[in-house]
Formats: sequence, structure tokens, C-alpha cells
Amino acid sequence: MRKVLGGLPPRWDVPIIIVQHRHRDSDQLLVSLLQECTKLRVLEVEDQTEIEPGSIYIAPADYHVLVDKGILALSTDEPVRFSRPSIDVTFESAADAYPGTSIGVVMTGANDDGARGLKRIADRGGRAIVQDPATADSATMPAAALRAVPNADVLALDDIGAFLGRLRVQGALTEREAKRAATGPALRDGEGNRKVDHGLAS
Amino acid sequence: MTKVAQAPLTYDSQLEKMEIELLLEAIYRHYGFDFRSYAFSSIRRRIWKRVNAEGLSNVTALQERILHDSKVMERLLLDLSINVTAMFRDPGFYRAFREDVVPLLRTYPFIRVWHAGCSTGEEVYSMAILLEEEGLLARSRLYATDINEVVLQQARAGIFPLERMQEYTENYIKAGGKRSFSEYYVAKYDGALFSPALTEHVVFSQHNLVTDRSFSEFNVILCRNVLIYFDKSLQARVQGLFYDSLVHFGILGLGSKESLKFSQYEDCYEQIAAEKIYRKIK
Repeated sequence: MRKVLGGLPPRWDVPIIIVQHRHRDSDQLLVSLLQECTKLRVLEVEDQTEIEPGSIYIAPADYHVLVDKGILALSTDEPVRFSRPSIDVTFESAADAYPGTSIGVVMTGANDDGARGLKRIADRGGRAIVQDPATADSATMPAAALRAVPNADVLALDDIGAFLGRLRVQGALTEREAKRAATGPALRDGEGNRKVDHGLAS
Repeated sequence: MTKVAQAPLTYDSQLEKMEIELLLEAIYRHYGFDFRSYAFSSIRRRIWKRVNAEGLSNVTALQERILHDSKVMERLLLDLSINVTAMFRDPGFYRAFREDVVPLLRTYPFIRVWHAGCSTGEEVYSMAILLEEEGLLARSRLYATDINEVVLQQARAGIFPLERMQEYTENYIKAGGKRSFSEYYVAKYDGALFSPALTEHVVFSQHNLVTDRSFSEFNVILCRNVLIYFDKSLQARVQGLFYDSLVHFGILGLGSKESLKFSQYEDCYEQIAAEKIYRKIK
């Protein structure tokens, strides 16, 4: 995630929502880690957080994030694919709230959460980007996303930030479009094994 | 590079929004449940789950069903009113409650706690356990209310899935639990039946936060991860209800990502812990 944020152009202003599988008790560490690598404002989503340009929103542990017009809402509904926050939940709501103007990015991860949601984004005319499974620490998630959206843009981790920058320049994005990136180092509750994927540490 | 494609014409979000508003209006007029001020994106998601579960293809079809088949309405009502929770959810909250609220409660001869929107009751049992361990349960009365009688029945029964007990035990320990969690329940088939001694001090009763008024004064009101399903105007109204139902210096406990900021009562409380625990000071 740090590589993606680091690769964004200096005047990036499109709101970004990051959904990462987290243990239900995980703390604010993720927010501070990401804040260190960007000038954009990084914050955890709270109840009815307004979507503002130049901000990066992190899905909190043990809640789903739903994208509505101009607002992010929270839900404690059942986990989806054993995950809460679930990437599908966020992507699907974004595709419906911003049809044709949202961008979904699926990155490394250990299950297929995000594939369905990415397809909805693509079906509604938005843009689908998938980290190249060959370069991902855990190929399951991007591979599943590619099966769901075969003509998604496939990029190496290092190229994603710059690619998004180019999309922005081309006017393919407006200020009100929300982009969300899904990373999926699946923090495995059941096994009690909180392994952070190496993709984050880079 | 190709430009972003046009949105396909098949998805009409204006139409969908209208259909949802009409459905909620129909529910209100025909059954009296008022979901019209609920937060749009979460209720929309739950409505679609029901549309799909009934094998229908749009929201208007669901409206037809709920008006003419009350069983479908019962199922939809469950979807809209069950808030998934867990025992000792956000253990930090319960730990802070022990450390910062319990000392205040000790000063009262009698303690009234209101669990507003208690759903299936996990957090009620958690609080009963906490108060028991702090020696306060005997002089407490917990009022657990919810909009849905079916859900209240479940809460009264006090049986939770056995498979969740490992997670709940972890939560209990992190919340500062003083005993062995398994002391509080017996295993029965797939269920963990919690000790009836805990519910001796609990009154389960139906109450609708949207339409019903204040019914008593409380020392503690807990409403966690219920307000997130209400829009800002409804949150403000409910905060008014809580304010009117709390004694001076009473305690309000919210969910970890909730706040007082959508109401005029924000300045009437001071936050007394790192958690969303507030004391009424004005």
C-alpha cells in the first residue's frame, strides 16, 4: 500500500478508500504507518464520514464500509467471505453510488474477497485494476479478481500509483470520484496467527 | 489509454432510490414500523439481500410481497432489525467501563442500565457478567429493549452458538474478566446456555427508538452500533431521547466508531475514557 501511495503524483486529490482484512482488535497502527508515506490526510472511517478530496480513508476493524453519495457509512452486518471489513461490500456500494466513475484496485491477498465487487465496478462502467498475480505475495486475491474481470488492467505493484496518476491527468477522473484500493493481507483470526503480508512492509 | 466507459444505462439509481422510499413508506403505513430515516446505504443493502433471498428481481416486487404476505414482512423485519453483535465486543470498551465507570456506579444505592437496541442480547449478558464480577449485579436492573419481539425472545433465552465461545472467551479475557468464562454457561448441543442467574436482573421489553418516548431514568445507557443505521436527523432525535432518559452525571456508551456530533447534545457530555463513554454534565 505504501508503494501505491508513494507512486501517486504530488497534487493527487481523488479520495481513496482502503479496505484491508484486519483482526477485529487491530489498532491505529495501520493509519500511522500509511500517514508516514503520504502528505494526504489518512484517517479511519467513522460513522457517516464525509468523502473529501485529498483524503485517504481506512476501513476500521470489524465494520463494513459502505459508500454512499458523498458519505461513508458503517455496518456491522455479517462477515462476507469471513471478512469484516469486506472488500466486496465496499466495492459494490461504490459501484452503485458512483457508477462509471469509480476505480477499484485489487492487490495481494489470501482469499477471493473483492472479485465480485470489482466486477460490479466494471459492469457499471468504472475502471478495474488488478495487481499482477505474478508479483503479488499472495496471488489468490488478484487471480480471483482477474477471473471475474478478465479485461482489467494488470499492473506490477510499483506501477499502480503512476498509472492512477495518468488516469487522473487524462481527466478520466473528477474530484467527486472515489477510488478504492483493496489490499488483502488476510489477518487470520481463526488460526490466531496475525501475519502481516510482506507487501505492506515494502 | 482508453477513457472510462459510460455507465451502462441498465442501472438507474434514481429509480432504485424511489423504489426504496416507496417500500419504506409502505411498511410505515401498513405495519407502523418507521424505517424512513434509516441510513440509506446500509438499509439498501439489507433490502436487496431480502429481494434476492425471496427470489425477486427488484425492490417494487418486494413491496408487493410485504403488503400481501405478512410472513415476508416478518422476514424483512428480522433483516432490518437484527444488529449482529458479539459478547464483549470491543473488549477495550468493557475494560474501560470496569476501570472508569464502575467506581462511579458504586456510589449509587441502585443502578439502572438501559441497553437500547439490544438485538440478540450478547452485550446485555456481557454487562451482567461484568456487574456480577464487580459485585454490583445484585443492586442493578438492566432494561434490554429492542424493536423486534422475535429477537427479544432469543435474547431472553440466553443461548448463543457454542462455536463462538472461543472468540467470546478471548474477548472476555481482554475485557478484564476475572473468572473462567466457561463458568457462565453450559453446553447444550450446539448452544451455550447462559446462567439464568444473570437474567434475574434483566427485563427484556419491546421499545422502538424511533417512535417511542422515554420510559424511565437511567444511570447508564448503552447503545452500541445501533446509531450507525440511522441517518443524522434520526440520530439527533434518539440522542434527545437518551438525554431525557439519563440522570445527571449518567453514563452514555456508544459503539467505537459512533459519536455525539450529529446532535445538539454534544456539549452536554464529557468523554471520560479513550473509548466512547460519556458522562452527562449539563
